[in-house]
Amino acid sequence: MGAKYFGASVPRREDPRFLRGEGRYVDDIKLPGMLHAAFVRSPHAHARIRAVRADAARRLPGVTRVFTFADLARWMKPLPLFGAVPPGLAARVSVTMRQTPQHALGRDLVRYVGEIVAMVVAERRAVAEDAAELVEVEYEPLAPVTDMAAAAEPGSPLIHAEWGSNVAVEFATGFGDVERAFAEAGVRVRERFAVQRYVGMPIETRGVVAQWDPRDLSLTTWNATQVVHFVQQGLVAALELPPHKIRVIAPDVGGGFGTKANGYPEDLLIPVAAIACRRPVKWTEDRREHMMAAAHARHQVHDIEIGAGRDGTMLAVRDRIWIDLGAYNAWGIVLPYNTVAHLLGPHRVPNLHVECRGVVTNKTPNAPYRGAGRPETVFAMDRIVDTLAREIGMDPAELRRKNYLSAADLPYELQIPYRDGNPLIYDSGDFRAALDAALGAIDYDGLRREQAECRARGLARGIGISGYVEGTAIGPYEGATVRLDAAGHAVVATGAASQGQGHETSFAQVAADALGIPLDWVTVVGGDSAAIPFGVGTFASRSAVTAGSSIHEAAGQVKAKVAAAAAALLEAAPGDIEIADGMAAVRGAPDSAVPLARVIQASLPTFARPGVVSPDFEATVYHHQPTVTYTSAVHVAHVEVDTGTGAVRLLRYVVAHDGGKLINPVIVEGQIHGGVAQGVGGGLLEEMVYDEQGQLLTGTLMDYLIPTAMELPAIETVHLEYASPRNALGVKGIGEGGAISPPAALANAVEDALRPLDVRVTRTPLGPSVVLGLITAAREKAERPG
Amino acid sequence: MKPAPFDHIPARSAAEALDALARHAEEAKVLAGGQSLVPMLNLRLARPGVVVDINGAVELDYLREVDGTLTVGALVRQHTLERWAVGRVPLLAAALRLVGHIAIRNRGTIAGSIAHADPASELPALLLCLDGAVVARRIGSERVIGAGELFVAPLTTSLQPDELVTEVRFRSPSPDAGWGFAEVARRHGDFALVGAASVLWRDGGGRVAGVRLAFFGVGPTAVRAGAAEAVLAGQEPTAARLRDAARAAAAALSPEADLHATADYRRRVAAVLAERTLGAALERSGSGA
Amino acid sequence: MKRAVRLTVNGTAMEGAAEPRTSLADFLRDDLDLTGTHLGCEHGVCGACTVLLDGLAVRSCLMLAVQAEGRSVMTVEGLAGPGDALHPLQQVFRDKHGLQCGFCTPGILLTAYAYLREHPAPSHEEIREMLAGHLCRCTGYHFIVEAIAAAAEAMG
Repeated sequence: MGAKYFGASVPRREDPRFLRGEGRYVDDIKLPGMLHAAFVRSPHAHARIRAVRADAARRLPGVTRVFTFADLARWMKPLPLFGAVPPGLAARVSVTMRQTPQHALGRDLVRYVGEIVAMVVAERRAVAEDAAELVEVEYEPLAPVTDMAAAAEPGSPLIHAEWGSNVAVEFATGFGDVERAFAEAGVRVRERFAVQRYVGMPIETRGVVAQWDPRDLSLTTWNATQVVHFVQQGLVAALELPPHKIRVIAPDVGGGFGTKANGYPEDLLIPVAAIACRRPVKWTEDRREHMMAAAHARHQVHDIEIGAGRDGTMLAVRDRIWIDLGAYNAWGIVLPYNTVAHLLGPHRVPNLHVECRGVVTNKTPNAPYRGAGRPETVFAMDRIVDTLAREIGMDPAELRRKNYLSAADLPYELQIPYRDGNPLIYDSGDFRAALDAALGAIDYDGLRREQAECRARGLARGIGISGYVEGTAIGPYEGATVRLDAAGHAVVATGAASQGQGHETSFAQVAADALGIPLDWVTVVGGDSAAIPFGVGTFASRSAVTAGSSIHEAAGQVKAKVAAAAAALLEAAPGDIEIADGMAAVRGAPDSAVPLARVIQASLPTFARPGVVSPDFEATVYHHQPTVTYTSAVHVAHVEVDTGTGAVRLLRYVVAHDGGKLINPVIVEGQIHGGVAQGVGGGLLEEMVYDEQGQLLTGTLMDYLIPTAMELPAIETVHLEYASPRNALGVKGIGEGGAISPPAALANAVEDALRPLDVRVTRTPLGPSVVLGLITAAREKAERPG
Repeated sequence: MKPAPFDHIPARSAAEALDALARHAEEAKVLAGGQSLVPMLNLRLARPGVVVDINGAVELDYLREVDGTLTVGALVRQHTLERWAVGRVPLLAAALRLVGHIAIRNRGTIAGSIAHADPASELPALLLCLDGAVVARRIGSERVIGAGELFVAPLTTSLQPDELVTEVRFRSPSPDAGWGFAEVARRHGDFALVGAASVLWRDGGGRVAGVRLAFFGVGPTAVRAGAAEAVLAGQEPTAARLRDAARAAAAALSPEADLHATADYRRRVAAVLAERTLGAALERSGSGA
Repeated sequence: MKRAVRLTVNGTAMEGAAEPRTSLADFLRDDLDLTGTHLGCEHGVCGACTVLLDGLAVRSCLMLAVQAEGRSVMTVEGLAGPGDALHPLQQVFRDKHGLQCGFCTPGILLTAYAYLREHPAPSHEEIREMLAGHLCRCTGYHFIVEAIAAAAEAMG
């Protein structure tokens, strides 16, 4: 590939501005005459809006406008919906799907605490908040629906009356004959596992700045979003303007994780405010808003059963899956089917039956968050696998080694489609090798010996394993335009956007290699709907594959154009031109070398002559990505449990990871580390808690507990490389994987540590109170006679 | 999250602060370190009309040890006492290290944390454990409130709205007294789910001459475990007796459940931490001979 | 309502006016146009707003602007040298990939800067304890710890 930069841990181009405090995040943007917005949000989980009185608020000095639904009715088109069932999937799986879009402002009903009822615009944010408190809303509270099982029962209050049900998504699928397989199985174990509601919680909250230009009727909006083109499309529909009149820019964004890859009311409301007020408007979400208004995630229950031979050979898995989607089903098939598609992971299981049900409740709506269903499903599978291991008295590593697919088994097709409707075929990897690598790196045998010694001294240490196979880089496309300037420097424009992933560096590496120019000649522009007309965005670990492939191809096309121009200039055949380090030369004739600037200059017509070629050094490619490519990893956690207090201490954490070919290895490691940290948070600390009235009890960062550096060890990573056969670069998506396995690995480790007490871990997070509760119950059970 | 509007009165002396408190009484809140008050202002959970800022009252910034009594002026920051206590009162150093984080301790004051009286915070329990007291002043009067009479309910003390804590007092343990401190928190620096602090000293025969045990995170206020102390006072400190003391201490508690722990958890772990801290204090104590 | 506030920021005398309820963080960002100090929570938990007040790390979201009258504040903008030169601490963060989205980074840099002046050779455990008052959602802290350890050596 002529790879000078590919595979190198190049220091990041974006770092200097971040380190100096010169990053430009949405809240850093200041425009002349700018106003500030604050929202009146429902304090009720479920209520009818009887009246909204804003007179007192409007009279407050410094307040410009107060808007309710009636004031903005002409713009209040429904917010976009995602997750329609692709035809290829619908043909094979019968899906019941109910989706009712949300509107940006509550009109008749509010369905979760935090849903917006009115918008205040004022000279300063503090004044807007003062005014928001003065808006009187008359609510008629309705019975809240907070338990997902109860929500699905007939007779439950309905969240969307027109559905006649609270079941938003329902389907069943599988392959083989589970009934027969279970009947023949020498051992069956079944358990119910629950994954709590936990969320992305980026350190930068959401934010939108909007500026309307009444002279040319154009809108510019800066938005801390991962998906500028989706936001643009929503604005096109609502504002009835052509796309080129709406520019959506994601400036520097302080973390996304999926939380910022959602369609939100504020995306529309702030631009509408700017148009109505004829002044720029800024909204910066505060943390308390974020807790209740930014997308929630996870929250699944799995009733899972596995059948196997007594020798540990897995025969069948049956899983009944429940998902609490929150108040709106904006994401359709995505979370439920991701959950199903990733259940079996690296295990060979010849018979499968899954039933999946997504239910709406009066809570903040869910959207995909790093892993998007995979952490939950891997939790269920890895927990039932360990349960099986205990049942047959087999070491959990041994049981996995026996059932994991290896490279010889690949490509391997599961007999259910992937979410995009295409066949689900593991294209590359070696899961057994990953298992061995992870166990070797943590010295599994040594830890088992140490565990026995510790146990003799009354110290509870445990080891937990989890493995996953992950479909990454969902399509269908991402694009890139590569264009050279007069100096031969390149601008790469793409629909991908960075919230810390380092695209300005990694994509420049790809482009510089393909163009044959120095790395610092490349500027990457992402997250700007004006830079490229069509785009999808950064989520689902897709950008290296989709944008990377487009950049690679487009840059290659530009290089060919340069070569043709150089050939004309140097009077050689294009095939004899070599381009490297920004110079073009005839192969074998180093003295012929000319800088690209000269080649480009020669292409510009003068009065005397036409250019040697037309000065078109630009190419656009929209790489078609019909289906995903598979990464995989095995995680191993080593913990110590204080049986007196229930506190869990994470001693070591190892990841053996196949991310395909790595553009920038240290960036990949950083992504793994960050994912692991979020997974550890999910396993031990983080939970969004609602009471029975649908009140959000975790309202600040004092109650929603993100791990600090003290709760995490150094994260040990072993890189395996199985190049993807599905794109020319051989890359795979690596953004989410780290977050998939930690809850499972930690739960397995805690149960392993408490093995002598026969504790059963069935849920997360494993805080001290939960763990001591398990220990106490186990001790009391052991003390009971008979 | 911006606060509701308020007036800010910068007091340059204790007298100015008292005057402002007298004038504004129920409407006023004292601002010292701000690490507890300002979050509440930002969340609009506290909406005082007036904030009396004592950070300019430099006369309140002093730290002295006189005849075994440590006197800490109202402006002494937590990190200042933490540093002073290393090698002098290790119990205070160990406990203060777990109060929030560096930046919080750089501004937060000892007096402020005690007056704030969060039942899950460390300092009220230390005040109880070290036979502490506060000096409370208002216009025309000054009184000393012993730790046992100070903490009334969550975030509530026996201070009047126009009273200012000007000084906090601790009894420094004798050099041969041992100490113990332990807490369980979800994360480092968080408020404790349960915590215990203990001081123990022995007589020439090795018996317990004196013992103090205080809990935090176990109920509406920090509490001193009198029952446990009674089990140990004058007795030989055997392992069994420590365990009995710990159980007696836990049995006397009425903890509550919240998002992070059940009541049962708090009671059980109080016993565990009591036993561990008493054991540590015993091990650290000199024979007194 | 507004009161004049005169203070020194990064060695330069600066002046503005603030309502009592305006935080030091908002004052730095909005009135003095120093947007390197970030707001992540406004209740003193995340540490993104950390600045140095007379050399000590403090959460600027928990200080009122009027309390900074006559004081000396250092923000992240005060770390780098003139021209393009990054401070050795900043350079090491870059070398070690100690940042991703950059939002929590300024606060961490200042806490580390103050800490290393007093503890020139911290262990990894001590660095983690120092970092416990800063929430990062991107990095898992692994490379941040390595960066600060390397900075300790670089700053000697």
